[in-house]
Amino acid sequence: MKFAVHYSVLATAVATVLSFGSAYAQEITGAGASFPAPIYSKWASDYNKATGVKVNYQSIGSGGGIKQIDSKTVDFGASDMPQTDDVLKSKGQVQFPAVIGGTVPVINVKGIAPGQMKLDGQVLGDIFLGKITRWDDPALKALNPGLPLPDAAIAPVRRADGSGTTFNFTNYLSRVHPEWKAKVGEGTAVNWPVGAGGKGNEGVSAFVNRLPNSIGYVEYSYVKQNKMSYTLLKNREGVFVAPDDDAFKAAAAGADWNKSFYQLITDQPGKNTWPISTATFILMHAKQDKPANATEVLKFFNWAFANGGKAASDLDYVPMPADVIATIQKSWGEIKDPAGKAVSFK
Amino acid sequence: MTLAPPSKRARSGPVADKIFGWVAKSCALLTLALLIAILTSLTINAWPAIEKYGFSFLSSTVWDPVQEEFGGFVMIYGTLATSLIALVIAVPVSFGIALFLTELSPSWLKRPLGTAIELLAAVPSIVYGMWGLLVFGPVLAEYVQAPLQKAFAGVPFLGALVSGPPVGIGLLSAGIILAIMIIPFIAAVMRDVFEVTPALLKESAYGLGATTWEVVSKVVLPYTKTGVIGGIMLGLGRAIGETMAVTFVIGNFNQLDSISLFQAANSITSALANEFAEAGEGLHQAALMYLGLVLFFITFVILTLSKLLLSQLRKGEGAKT
Repeated sequence: MKFAVHYSVLATAVATVLSFGSAYAQEITGAGASFPAPIYSKWASDYNKATGVKVNYQSIGSGGGIKQIDSKTVDFGASDMPQTDDVLKSKGQVQFPAVIGGTVPVINVKGIAPGQMKLDGQVLGDIFLGKITRWDDPALKALNPGLPLPDAAIAPVRRADGSGTTFNFTNYLSRVHPEWKAKVGEGTAVNWPVGAGGKGNEGVSAFVNRLPNSIGYVEYSYVKQNKMSYTLLKNREGVFVAPDDDAFKAAAAGADWNKSFYQLITDQPGKNTWPISTATFILMHAKQDKPANATEVLKFFNWAFANGGKAASDLDYVPMPADVIATIQKSWGEIKDPAGKAVSFK
Repeated sequence: MTLAPPSKRARSGPVADKIFGWVAKSCALLTLALLIAILTSLTINAWPAIEKYGFSFLSSTVWDPVQEEFGGFVMIYGTLATSLIALVIAVPVSFGIALFLTELSPSWLKRPLGTAIELLAAVPSIVYGMWGLLVFGPVLAEYVQAPLQKAFAGVPFLGALVSGPPVGIGLLSAGIILAIMIIPFIAAVMRDVFEVTPALLKESAYGLGATTWEVVSKVVLPYTKTGVIGGIMLGLGRAIGETMAVTFVIGNFNQLDSISLFQAANSITSALANEFAEAGEGLHQAALMYLGLVLFFITFVILTLSKLLLSQLRKGEGAKT
């Protein structure tokens, strides 16, 4: 008798949960890259205020985001690395860039202010290969005549965890430094020849701030928030540029987004481009089992592209350029419901 | 399970007994089942790496996610070395603490001191990690590492042992932080077991004219050795499994090019925590799973060794020394 009562209570509870589930379909989930997590969360809370739709973003890392979208446990995945068109095709997924940022070398050398030290890809690669080990190395002196370079060992710092930032950094070095490409290569985690590893951008910032004569690399927003000593970097045109929004935007503008969203925007042409720029990407299935959710996801990003620019700039991200947004919206036509009709985002 | 209310006050009856026995048994079996399930899923997920590398995984020092070449020796070495350093420091200190608290301390100091040690055990490991990186590391670099390097410069083995960039990050820092973390555990267990030594035994020894040290070494320790070894094993278990604090101070460096204690290194747990989230499908993930399996195995071996040690000690009981 008692059991019967229990079961009926349980059944009611299950039924209630289910009915809630269907009544509130306006909740979408995404998971992935940690680099854009602050802006996605900000957009989500603003969007929730504006429309009542809840966007739940879990910052679990790009690798995790790819796994989650592959297994369809989330409505969208997020990755700092674009997927190649072939991989996307084989998985039946599409991607689009959501926001732009940059990776910046930071140093802790006494007597050198932010933006004073000049580096190029060759020297940066040599430092992280362990070939340049002292700050008063002739190569550094040649780039920085007049700077008080100390007679001290360089302490390189890099990410210990797998990360899109590392991918961005090593992708840049692989493009400009043949020996780096041969010996280390590119990836979210690589076999570092030298250096102490910090966990996350915050770990690397802590190491660099703590260790005298260190050099590391972090996301641009960390440079700004922690007022770290960034370096100038020589771009493809031979100009030494400082990392800022315009320099990242210039890098994104140079890429041919019309052809494919698989764009690694490191070492791009253009006088003002920052050479280690990156876009971060959203992954979705092209054929949607739950077209209602897909509509909500697209509506969310459509809203973010239209209204989220200021929030992005406030958090030191760069919004996508207008012409790229138009291309992205066009690409959303590939996302279809089971009947083969394009999912609406209006 | 809902039970009928007991009909008599004094006895709950054979049915309740049976149910209780059944519940207790299933709890025990559940643990066993979980253990087997974890082991099985670890093995299955690690299989690509096991198949490819076999036992050479344990001795290879290459960890290159880009070329998909994986060997676990650096991490295994890091885990064992840091845990060993931690034990070497923590066991004598804990012994001293427990000895002081049970035998020497004035009674008004016992309680606050005991509570302080228990509080240390409750500090989250990330706090130890941050403290190690930001406060302890610089001190170690400046006041220990630099003088040692100066003193041992040119000395063959010792010189190599203390070489490396003096930044306060590496095996030794990790070992010391681990020691600080496990001291409260070992000390608390030791104190508790020392306290249960019958006063009769101790006082008899004192009555025979034994010194405090003789009482402790000849009466208390032999009486409590199971508990003491249990406490040390508890501490070692924590040291081997500790992740956050180690990640902060070990340097997460997957190369092994010197025997230096100041060399940045890596441990199994630290590598797992750092790389798992972003590890792609395939060999990288399998290699990490393999590392997890190795850690499982290390813990198992240590447990077995401690049981063996205890049974050896038991055999020696009653023999003349």
